[in-house]
Amino acid sequence: MLANFASIDSLFYLAGLVAVIASLKVVTGNNTVHALLYLVVSLLAVAVCFYLMGAPFAAGLEVIVYAGAILVLFVFAVLMFGLGADETANAPQNKNVANMFGAMFLAFALLIEIVIIINNADLQQNLQANVIDSKAVGIMLYGPYLLAVEIASFLLLAGLLAGYHYAKPDVTRGPL
Amino acid sequence: MNVLLASLPFYPFVSFLLLIFFGKRLSWRLAATISVSSMAISALVSAILLFELSVTKNQVMTANLWHWFELSYAMGSSDVNVRFYLDGLSAVMISVVTGVGFLIHLFAAIYMKSDVNFSRFMAYMNLFIVAMLILVLADNLVLLYLGWEGVGLCSFLLIGFWYQEQSNVLAARKAFIVTRIGDTSMAIGLLLLFNSFGQLNIEAVTLLAEQANSLSAGTNAESADNIYWIALLLLGGAVGKSAQLPLQTWLPDAMAGPTPVSALIHAATMVTAGVYLIARMHGIFLLAPEVMNYVAWLGALTLLLAGIAALAQTDIKRVLAYSTMSQIGYMMLALGAGAWTAGVFHLMTHAFFKALLFLTAGAVIYALHHQQNLFKMGGLLKKLPFESSLFIIGLICLMALPGTSGFFSKEAIIAQLWSSDTAGPMLWWCAILGALLTSIYSCRLFFLGFLGKARFNENVQLKKSSLLRTSLIILALLSLFGGLIPLDLTLVFSSVMNLPLAQLTEPTWLHTVAIITPFIGMVFSWFYFKSYRISHLAGKEHILQPNNGRFVVFCRQGLGFDGLYKKLFIMPYQWLAQINKNDIFDQIIMLNAWYVGLWHDALVLVQNGSLRWYLAAFGLAIMLLLGVSLL
Amino acid sequence: MTSIPLFHVLILSSLLFVIGFIGVVARKNTLFMLMSLEVMLNAVGVAFIGAGSVWQQADGQVMFILILTLAAAEVAVGLALLIRMQKKYRSLDIDALNQMKG
Repeated sequence: MLANFASIDSLFYLAGLVAVIASLKVVTGNNTVHALLYLVVSLLAVAVCFYLMGAPFAAGLEVIVYAGAILVLFVFAVLMFGLGADETANAPQNKNVANMFGAMFLAFALLIEIVIIINNADLQQNLQANVIDSKAVGIMLYGPYLLAVEIASFLLLAGLLAGYHYAKPDVTRGPL
Repeated sequence: MNVLLASLPFYPFVSFLLLIFFGKRLSWRLAATISVSSMAISALVSAILLFELSVTKNQVMTANLWHWFELSYAMGSSDVNVRFYLDGLSAVMISVVTGVGFLIHLFAAIYMKSDVNFSRFMAYMNLFIVAMLILVLADNLVLLYLGWEGVGLCSFLLIGFWYQEQSNVLAARKAFIVTRIGDTSMAIGLLLLFNSFGQLNIEAVTLLAEQANSLSAGTNAESADNIYWIALLLLGGAVGKSAQLPLQTWLPDAMAGPTPVSALIHAATMVTAGVYLIARMHGIFLLAPEVMNYVAWLGALTLLLAGIAALAQTDIKRVLAYSTMSQIGYMMLALGAGAWTAGVFHLMTHAFFKALLFLTAGAVIYALHHQQNLFKMGGLLKKLPFESSLFIIGLICLMALPGTSGFFSKEAIIAQLWSSDTAGPMLWWCAILGALLTSIYSCRLFFLGFLGKARFNENVQLKKSSLLRTSLIILALLSLFGGLIPLDLTLVFSSVMNLPLAQLTEPTWLHTVAIITPFIGMVFSWFYFKSYRISHLAGKEHILQPNNGRFVVFCRQGLGFDGLYKKLFIMPYQWLAQINKNDIFDQIIMLNAWYVGLWHDALVLVQNGSLRWYLAAFGLAIMLLLGVSLL
Repeated sequence: MTSIPLFHVLILSSLLFVIGFIGVVARKNTLFMLMSLEVMLNAVGVAFIGAGSVWQQADGQVMFILILTLAAAEVAVGLALLIRMQKKYRSLDIDALNQMKG
């Protein structure tokens, strides 16, 4: 029992559990900053899962880029532009239970269907213990996926420009 | 191929085209010259044609202009040509149409001189002559129908010539719609005729009918039934055009048009087209004696009805309109009785004296500043001696006093009624009664309008035009002596001659009664309408107001036919229209639109602009797709 | 050493995905919708990494990196739009932005 807990497998399940719970807290939270922090927790837990699944490079990226950069962007935006208005105060309220209920129903139906499909696929494979290191990923990225990388860079550039354009102070009064 | 014959309708047609396209730029003098001279040429050409026809003894002239189209049906096909056919009957018609038409054009050119739309008026008149010539010259019934509709159109255009006034427009519409009923019946008759004979050529149809007549034992019941219906439907067309019962209501209202129009279209020519049609199709009618009987009875009833209605009129033109109806009743009676020649003869003489009456009435109305009410006339004999004397000539012809043209034609009709198979003593008495009524209303008209004291204050205005007077004088001469024109139509109606004459003994007093009847009417009127004659009769001034008793008003309105038709046809139709205001069938069609609209509304609800709804719809769609793939 | 079945990885992935989906559909606060979107993207990343690990291919991680760039760009644009929205409407209620209704 304890051996089971101590094994790396159980570590994966634990991280998964944390990720699910933290995600739930993100979705249901009222306080913006708390929700962001829960999101960080969720991302870190997922990073642990990545690591345990033999993808240390992805885990690192998850921590550095996702939790480190993107979430920091969130926090900055929330803090600097007053987006973090409390759900309990002037932020939009989710009082409509039926609204929530409809979403829940849809989500559960979707979940059940996905689980059935995965089950029907009869996947017998287990994950391999081998690590796919950053070198292999790099070869792939700058080999067959070079075009995708280029496109991703364009996407980032577009994101940058759009972010700058929309967020700049509206002083010129020119056309949007 | 006779070039003169072929070109006959084209003179007025060219004039029509010139006037209708360049009318606004032409001066009165030029427009009048064009239209009247085209009519003069037409009249001249028809005179030459008449001469040729009488000289050659050929009795028939044809002119094939062009092949129009080919009618085919189950049993074969028949060519429909634009082909003119001139025999005795159409010769009478073209001489009336072009001759009287020319005189009326001459009159109209002066009468309508001051009208703004003078050239349009003359253009329509010319177009009418074209259509009428096509009608009477047509070699086949399709071409005849073209002319038939053409004259109907011109009648409509000319009744509503002064279209700024609503009553004129309504009268034009009424005339058009009522005659349309007859025309529809005629069209059906023509289709039925084509179906049974396989021919629409008049000559061929007459020939076939004559064969059928001579082999009457061979004709089976079915074809006899067919011929009965054909004759009845053709009669429907004739009744509509000639304003006979029961489609007579449009003619009095048609007097809303200018007076030359009333003279040309609604007295002399167009309204006699029905008579022409029946005379033309006599072959068919001879095969259906029942229908001949109907024709006679319709004519007699119209004759009496119109005579009674004419007695109660206050408007000089409406008196003449009812008199026209009643005289056409005589013609119908003659046709129904088999007195073809007499009927056509009366058609001709009637055209002369009725055109004269209308034109003089027009001159009188003009002189009295467009006053048409008889009760506001009086004493015109002294004020307008020339017009009055011409009017008297017209009236004595109408009354058929011995020696006038009306006498010859009317006596010819009455003489053949008694012993006819399809008429008989009953109708003879009707005709005599009609003659009596004719003389009474003529006298009433004359006494009211021309004797006594003048009941108007304005000075008379006169058109001192020698041309106008010439046209009137020629018409008067024709009216007086038109009865002497020898009319020999034996070849046209040759088939009639084979009929065995009924050996009915005629009482010897028949002709005497017929001749003295108008005099009885005159004597009666002389005493009965004394107050009209001597308008200063003490204590009788009220008689010089129109009598507005219920019966008189009933008669004045044409014996209530308008009201009856309103109740019988117009009101139910309006009631139906009222019910169907929202157009039930349209609503059924609109159901589609409503259905599409429903979906539109539903889809608009989906397009609510709320992002979360869109996401939910995504989710739902994915769920459903996965669900489908699972099942 | 490890014997995590692929089945479990995919279950984890779909759980995360569904949770994110609930958040996106049910929340009215646009900021929370964005965060839920991050959760959903992550769930997809888990599935890719798991599959890459099973078949020992680097493609799974490459895909994850592409998702990462996508998330970065999306967050940048999304937050900028949020700032705009906050300025204009003084609210982050997504239901306020419904002018584009049919």
